[in-house]
Amino acid sequence: MHSSARFERLNDLKRRYATPSMDTVVDVVDAILSSMQGDFSASGAGLLAEIEDLARTIATAKAEIAALRVDDITTSHIPSATDELDAIVAHTAAATDGILEVCETLDDVAGELARSGGTLGEASAGKLQEATTRIYEACSFQDITGQRISKVVATLKAIDRKVATIMATFGNRTAPDDSAPELDVMLLNGPQLPAVAMHQTDIDQLLASFD
Amino acid sequence: MNVLIVDDYKTMLRIIRNLLKQIDFNNVEEATDGAEALAKLRGGSFGLVISDWNMQPMTGLQLLQEVRADGRLRSTPFIMVTAESKAENVVAAKQAGVSNYIVKPFNAETLRDKIEKVLGHA
Repeated sequence: MHSSARFERLNDLKRRYATPSMDTVVDVVDAILSSMQGDFSASGAGLLAEIEDLARTIATAKAEIAALRVDDITTSHIPSATDELDAIVAHTAAATDGILEVCETLDDVAGELARSGGTLGEASAGKLQEATTRIYEACSFQDITGQRISKVVATLKAIDRKVATIMATFGNRTAPDDSAPELDVMLLNGPQLPAVAMHQTDIDQLLASFD
Repeated sequence: MNVLIVDDYKTMLRIIRNLLKQIDFNNVEEATDGAEALAKLRGGSFGLVISDWNMQPMTGLQLLQEVRADGRLRSTPFIMVTAESKAENVVAAKQAGVSNYIVKPFNAETLRDKIEKVLGHA
């Protein structure tokens, strides 16, 4: 075949297989090797050996990825982990509601003590209410942990998408939609880790700088 | 005075309601997202809004923008109570007209202090 004909053939293949799958590459290499006839030069034989090695490496990589059973990550491991995290949120919410119910009863008792009059009653009511206030403050942990867990779930889903992308590259799956989030969603970062979070005093100073 | 508290965590609504009760705010209504809050604000009379940020379908920031764009509601004091503690969040809230900003987790003293400031009792 003349070089112009080869060039035309290659262009035709490029048009037909703009983004060839790994299977196509392996098939093409096999087809080339099986159709080779006649004498080879030393450099030609070396090149063919390298192509053959490359095809074997790709086939081995595919087999190894299949052996890893990465499908389990998306069909079993990640859904199971997110279910467990959802259960943690539900259980802590139920426990917190139980604590709050008791606190509300104590608050009512504090109110009755205060209304009953007398220095002792008022002092006890004050102490009781101070204690319930501390409990209310502490119970807000449930909101923060819930939001932190939501961030972990989002991370797991991101891993899920990356795995699906790898599978789409080496297998027959379709790559997931990985488009960027909308701008207003980008402001929703959730709770920051204590080491990097802005404290109330920092926020007060920032707000004051506008005045 | 009627106070509207907005948060998608029912537990958080309960905590804020109880903390408000301890400082003698007894007329408290609740909403679980910005859209529900806006409907309540437009249908009632509230002297203070205390809202979370991260809610769907309408966020606290969108609620704040709607309130400030509404002729009848625009001067209603609005405190954002949120875990969003990045400077860009505080700046965005301030630019939208927030009256004050409390970062979660917060204590009762901070809540009382900010309420007094926005209501002009400080």
